[in-house]
Amino acid sequence: MTKILAVDDSASMRQMVVFTLQSAGYDVVEASDGQKALDIAKGTSFDLVLSDVNMPVMDGIELVKELRQIEAYKYTPILMLTTETAGDKKMAGKNAGATGWVVKPFNPDKLLATIKKVTG
Amino acid sequence: MSIDLSQFHAVFFEESFEGLELMETSLLELDVDAPDSEQINTIFRAAHSIKGGSGTFGFVQVAEFTHILETLLDKIRDGDQSIDPDGIELFLQSVDCLRGLLEALQTETEPDTTRAQQLAGVFQAVLDGGTYADSANVVKTNAITGAPLHAASPSPAPASSDDSVANAGTRKQIGFSIVFEPEEDMLKGGNDPVRMLRELATLGDLISHANTDQVPDFDQLVIDHCYLSWDIELVTNCDIDDIEEVFEWVEDECELSITPIYADISSAAELHYSNSQNHAIDKKMQQATAEGQRLVMPSGPLPSLDNLQLASPGDVTNNGSDATPAEASAALAPPKPTAPAAAKPKAAKVEASSIRVGIDKVDSLINLVGELVITQSMLGQMGSAGDSITDEHIGNLREGLVQLEQNTRELQDSVMRIRMLPISFTFNRFPRIVRDISIQLGKQVQLELSGENTELDKTVMEKISDPMVHLIRNALDHGIEMPEQRKAAGKPEMGTIVLNAFHQGGNIVIEMTDDGGGIDTERLLTKARNNGLVGENEKLTQEQKLDLLFSPGLSTVEEVSDLSGRGVGMDVVRRNIQELSGSVEVSTEMGVGSTFRIRLPLTLAILDGQLVTVADQTYIFPLVSISESLQIDSAKVNNVAGGSDVYNLRDEYIPILCLDQLFGLRQEAKVLQDSLLVVVESEGQKVGVVVDELLAQQQVVIKSLEENYTRVQGVSGATILGDGTVAMIVDALGLSGLAGSEIAAAQKIAAEAVA
Repeated sequence: MTKILAVDDSASMRQMVVFTLQSAGYDVVEASDGQKALDIAKGTSFDLVLSDVNMPVMDGIELVKELRQIEAYKYTPILMLTTETAGDKKMAGKNAGATGWVVKPFNPDKLLATIKKVTG
Repeated sequence: MSIDLSQFHAVFFEESFEGLELMETSLLELDVDAPDSEQINTIFRAAHSIKGGSGTFGFVQVAEFTHILETLLDKIRDGDQSIDPDGIELFLQSVDCLRGLLEALQTETEPDTTRAQQLAGVFQAVLDGGTYADSANVVKTNAITGAPLHAASPSPAPASSDDSVANAGTRKQIGFSIVFEPEEDMLKGGNDPVRMLRELATLGDLISHANTDQVPDFDQLVIDHCYLSWDIELVTNCDIDDIEEVFEWVEDECELSITPIYADISSAAELHYSNSQNHAIDKKMQQATAEGQRLVMPSGPLPSLDNLQLASPGDVTNNGSDATPAEASAALAPPKPTAPAAAKPKAAKVEASSIRVGIDKVDSLINLVGELVITQSMLGQMGSAGDSITDEHIGNLREGLVQLEQNTRELQDSVMRIRMLPISFTFNRFPRIVRDISIQLGKQVQLELSGENTELDKTVMEKISDPMVHLIRNALDHGIEMPEQRKAAGKPEMGTIVLNAFHQGGNIVIEMTDDGGGIDTERLLTKARNNGLVGENEKLTQEQKLDLLFSPGLSTVEEVSDLSGRGVGMDVVRRNIQELSGSVEVSTEMGVGSTFRIRLPLTLAILDGQLVTVADQTYIFPLVSISESLQIDSAKVNNVAGGSDVYNLRDEYIPILCLDQLFGLRQEAKVLQDSLLVVVESEGQKVGVVVDELLAQQQVVIKSLEENYTRVQGVSGATILGDGTVAMIVDALGLSGLAGSEIAAAQKIAAEAVA
């Protein structure tokens, strides 16, 4: 089963993402900030990481940079959940090594469609 | 898949209100001269989360407003925009405004966006280069009303392929030719070309040719470099936008060209076979598939490395007739059965308040339940010992029961603790109140908080909040003096209000101290005399004078401000606190300040009770309301005309109530001499209650009489005793209501005695 790590500091967004993914049959682990996500990621391997950008403790950009340092996550698809629709901010995650992004607000169908893009 | 998003609304509102609180606190703490970047970040993040959530859950009004707020905060964060006190004020107003919008949405009413639109206008003016103050003024005078925050976004441009069709005349566009040359590093971002090819294949019929001429010899191969490029022909009737979207994440990491390809639909041959375009495309597809099988086959020597997954024919080419994309994805992701109840929990509206409990509390609960189970099985084992019960068995049984008692008590404590929240939930409201009111009054006041982590039952907390706001307003309005007055009195111009909370016994104590002018008790007395609350010649102790502060209809200020001083305050404060079985006392020193001390039980569900018997019935007095118990000396009983008895308690006259008479338990009156008198106090009024016997003190769980039976005066609730019988809990306040005539008599005697 495809294993996904979902990272967002907002509980409602996290619940929505987790519920959506679980309903679609994915195995989901959640984390509420980058540092927690990193700790979890080090212990388990994931097929995909979905992360918010703005978070306390460690933000999504930093998380991507850290993950890409880890051998097991060198090529793992990492998608940023971002509200930026244009410009540098949208590319910040990409430049840090993210695979792509999902623009907020999104609905469950859009999220699943994007996930399917990367997980096949 | 359709997922009901409303199930996440409750959490969204909860976290948004928390976010707003955090924003408010950070705004209040922010030093505009040297803004702390972490604080600005916190404010930004709160706005950002609310924007993200409200957008996702369809609360457009909130999303639109937070968008502009966030844009401005982002600029401040990046140092492109300054912040000043006027700005802070505007942001604080935005917090209020957002709170209003969210509250309306929470109750499913249409929010009033007038204020949001005004503020959005102000922020837009700031973004356009104005100062906060000017922008606020300009917008105020312009009185923007009803203008939408953003023009509706233009509808997507018409599909380009349609244009091409129109221009192409007899030529019909049937798809695109795509040249896709990834940069060497593209794989490092986790973007696999196979993904994009696969996705293209879902859009139509794909013929792809992989160019392998850039692939170096095996010994020079870098494992994570991409050496391949693709020439792709896609037969499709989708838009160019759809193609671009496939490559959206890699557009800066590849060379990409997308050009339309056309078929000559006026060609007699094709029209002859079919007059439907679809049929023509079908034919093209068949050719394509056939070619695809061949073209896609790798032709050169290829690295067989996992990271360089290459398109294999079966993988990428879609022969069009198999599974539709929808079917395919359905097969890939079979819907997982979710818990039936969790699937659609239609949240009860608004009132479904929730409580967040730390995981440690839940763990300790589970731990205790575990111990309870162990004790239970231990006792169970003893019970199955059969007939041969020895002394040893009984000893063990006693031990087991002691264990059970301890388990129960600990479990009870633990469950209670679940309802406990740190008082910071209430305290956090106060910095804003103090700031706003002190600005309004032209005073300088700082607020110091301590003991914010002291825990308190959630219900008690909700009910104590308003009385505390009242006390703070009073302290600001009447307690703290104007800066010049303070300076003249040799005090610092900045006044201080200290809020402190701590546990003491089974109670929580909340202290509010101000370093203001203190309470003028003489003026209180004069006022009370003028209002007829105190007789002309009545002498009062200092304590009694101060107590007048809580009398209804008494205010010491000459002028009534819009903040406080209407004289309907302190009496309400005291009543609210007493309804929570708490008490409030005040101490003051002229010129130095005052302290209000509120004492509250930790929970309303359980109380420490004194068990008494009256005519074979057991009653319970809340221990907090009992001031003393004594044996009646009939010499100190005065009988007043009308049959009411009063008792001379150290020169204080208190009415005597006989529960047996009040509740109709006995025909003839009890002889007072040597009977037991329980003196209970409530709202400063003491009442002596005659009882037969004092029993043990114990904690009792309060059951509502109103919910289970009906309201009875003089009884605040009931409980179930160890032997299974029901006992009434006596309401001291209600008793004095029942004993109106006795109290009047006592006051008369007291007045005569003084005279």
